[in-house]
Amino acid sequence: MSTVAQTPERVMPDRHYLNDNYGIRSWLLTKDHKRIAILYLISISVVFFIAGIFASLIRLHLLTPNGALFTPDTYNKMFTMHGVMMVFFFLVPSVPAVLGNFVIPLMVGAKDLAFPKINLMSWYIYIVGVTFAMAAIVSGGVDTGWTFYTPLSSGFLHTNVIVMVVGVIFAGFSSIFTGLNFIVTVHRMRAPGLTWGRLPLMVWSNYATSLIMILATPVLAITLILLGLERGFHIGIFDPKLGGDPVLFQHMFWFYSHPAVYIMILPGMGVISEIIPCFSRKRIFGYSFVAFSSIAIAVFGFVVWAHHMFVAGISVYSAMVFSLLSYAVAIPSAVKVFNWTATMYKGSISMDTPMLYAMGFIGLFTIGGLTGLFLAALGLDVHIHDTYFVIAHFHFIMVGGMVMAYLGGIHFWWPKMTGRLYPEAVAKLAALITFIGFNLTFFPQFVLGYLGQPRRYAIYAPEFQVLNVLSTAGASVLAVGFILPALYLTWSLKYGEVAGDNPWRATGLEWQTTSPPPTHNFHETPVVTTEAYHYGSESEEEVRVVP
Amino acid sequence: MAQQKEASTFGMWVFLVTEIMMFGGVFVAYMIYRLKYYEGFVAGSTSIDVTWGFINTLVLICSSLTMALAVSAAQRGVVRLQKIFIIFTMALGLVFLVIKGIEYHQKWVEHHVPGGTWQTFDPQDIHQDLIKEGKTPQAATEIAHQTEIFFCFYFAMTGLHALHMIIGLILMTWLLLRVSRREFGPDYYTPVELGGLYWHFVDIVWIYLFPLLYLINRTHGKI
Amino acid sequence: MTEGAHPTHKVYYLVFLALVIGTVLTWRIAFVDLTFFGISFNPEVAVLIACTKATLVILFFMHVRYSSKLTMLTVAAGFFWLLIMISLDLCDYLTRGAVKPL
Repeated sequence: MSTVAQTPERVMPDRHYLNDNYGIRSWLLTKDHKRIAILYLISISVVFFIAGIFASLIRLHLLTPNGALFTPDTYNKMFTMHGVMMVFFFLVPSVPAVLGNFVIPLMVGAKDLAFPKINLMSWYIYIVGVTFAMAAIVSGGVDTGWTFYTPLSSGFLHTNVIVMVVGVIFAGFSSIFTGLNFIVTVHRMRAPGLTWGRLPLMVWSNYATSLIMILATPVLAITLILLGLERGFHIGIFDPKLGGDPVLFQHMFWFYSHPAVYIMILPGMGVISEIIPCFSRKRIFGYSFVAFSSIAIAVFGFVVWAHHMFVAGISVYSAMVFSLLSYAVAIPSAVKVFNWTATMYKGSISMDTPMLYAMGFIGLFTIGGLTGLFLAALGLDVHIHDTYFVIAHFHFIMVGGMVMAYLGGIHFWWPKMTGRLYPEAVAKLAALITFIGFNLTFFPQFVLGYLGQPRRYAIYAPEFQVLNVLSTAGASVLAVGFILPALYLTWSLKYGEVAGDNPWRATGLEWQTTSPPPTHNFHETPVVTTEAYHYGSESEEEVRVVP
Repeated sequence: MAQQKEASTFGMWVFLVTEIMMFGGVFVAYMIYRLKYYEGFVAGSTSIDVTWGFINTLVLICSSLTMALAVSAAQRGVVRLQKIFIIFTMALGLVFLVIKGIEYHQKWVEHHVPGGTWQTFDPQDIHQDLIKEGKTPQAATEIAHQTEIFFCFYFAMTGLHALHMIIGLILMTWLLLRVSRREFGPDYYTPVELGGLYWHFVDIVWIYLFPLLYLINRTHGKI
Repeated sequence: MTEGAHPTHKVYYLVFLALVIGTVLTWRIAFVDLTFFGISFNPEVAVLIACTKATLVILFFMHVRYSSKLTMLTVAAGFFWLLIMISLDLCDYLTRGAVKPL
């Protein structure tokens, strides 16, 4: 059963943000948040496929115990570049810079973000970052792991660490400016009647994400700057020969990178919070709890970073402190999962593609999150740290969770962004293929990790081969699942059915304007008189537009 | 317009929070090494010229005053005063950088510049001072060796700060141009206010750098 | 304080004077041994004076005293987060060797 509204005539508006201005300059010099979102969409899709190619090469190499394709040094480059591209250049900007940029001004009833020129600048900074990263890849690659641990990265290895690190710093600044824009927009530019308590949860999530971006990313910047100085001028802040402490690099690096994983997942949770109520035709259960849990995740996420360092040489006392705090940070995420599930309970569920991705998210994110608790236990971590257990854990969260949330969001807002519907049957098939491929790829990795296969090794013990082959087989299915949307979404731009203003009959201000929206978003400033998610209430179109 | 000014000021503060965290990162690293190699840090700190540091601190405080007065002039729309105060601020900033240059040169000449790139680090004078204080030769060698990490932080922290000063001077130049075009008055002076916020922040970083780098332990009476 | 109001020039000069005095004080007191009960309080005094100076600059030169609560919260949050980073890092470094591993 589909929720697409069966209105007799669905037409594209004559003028909208895509056809208001033509020419490459109107795109490259745009200040329209919607166009900037599209620019980001194209860029990060390219990055995703490049990083995906590295992933495929990794899995192909691991088909045999002695490594099928590469020397160990080259293999190190494969997983490093996969990690760097995916973390810094895909996951961090994905939902905020694409979906957030597009949807947040609409959701708060504004014409644009607070600082449109800074928004465009953030995209250019991102592109500069990508350029540096590509330059590092093309001129020999980097093999330190995406975590750039010293002293490997500061002196031992002779790859293009500095070029790559400069690229990452630029990507970080891009995210800082995005976050800055969101924070000021949400504080200062809400439409009349739109109190904090009426904001869609997508806005709450992206706001919390922006707080993390502002507070954590600068520490990454200074850490990488110090690393660059160490590598370039051979000063010895992290160099044991000069009395430096390599663990200090890890402290500073993870101070950013742990909150960074919340930067990566929180926006996805925001997307899920939009999709579930819509396709359950029911208001979200426990709105305040979900809203505040986003802030709680953002705050708690800052005090758990050393759980990445339990076996690195930190004091046992601080390991205990961080372990306890890591258990605490799981709680707000659990709150969200409970609330989404409770929202679906006795709802009128329709299995449209966004909902399929959302349900996949809930299941896979939960598994990934629970396995995090295993890793947070000190005794257990001694055995499973730096094994495939960790890899499976974060891929369940980042791919099974975040990428699925991203795809769900893309499908959910595709009609709004393009005015077109994608072909539903193919899309459902792709979601299913992705789900199956994902599980086949990563579930065996939990077992492998538990059995002892270490991560970042180019070879493994022969008894692990069957599970590795299963994992690679799954990866090829997963690849199909990712390629299909790239194809049919592009196809739908020209041949897709016209969507109309609100094909999902969703609440939210973005659905009260045309699909695609006009450049200035709303013909008149909306006034909000209802809570968010007023599904199932007397009249689902209670938002008045002031003439 | 007022709403835009509030939004811009708020945005600038959010940006300054990122700067707090960025400088904060290197301050934390400094703090950890100071705890670990206290004597080395004391020796290193004693060997940098506290008089120059003191003068530089006063220079920046004066520049903060002139900047605040520049913002006030912009708010009142007095173009002549805006120009004067911004120029004074820039001049003081330049004085700061020149003094910094003199200090860096001193360090170069004394062979206190760390790192493998130039390979000139040689804390002979520090070693001798430590012996004079009564340290054993072994301890003196150890402590002198530790000063290299102190100097890594000295150059990294003051270097990052100096970079921000240079960016500040560029910002001031841009503001001066706009002031000359009479762009600011009671209705609109936001860029001057934001420039002021940035300048004061860079001043605050130095307010912390001065005691942390120059005044670690001077109670044995040496200047 | 009303938002958008500004300090008078008199306030600026007073703050400037306080900052200069603070600087001279920091400089001179660094040469005085402030050891009581066996602990040297020089570092704490230096940081305290620096924090006071920074607070004066923030409140008056940067107009935070006359700004919205949101601005004050933002500034406070920045320093609070710095405190988180400092204290949890120290939690590791100060306790190395404190608890014997099994």
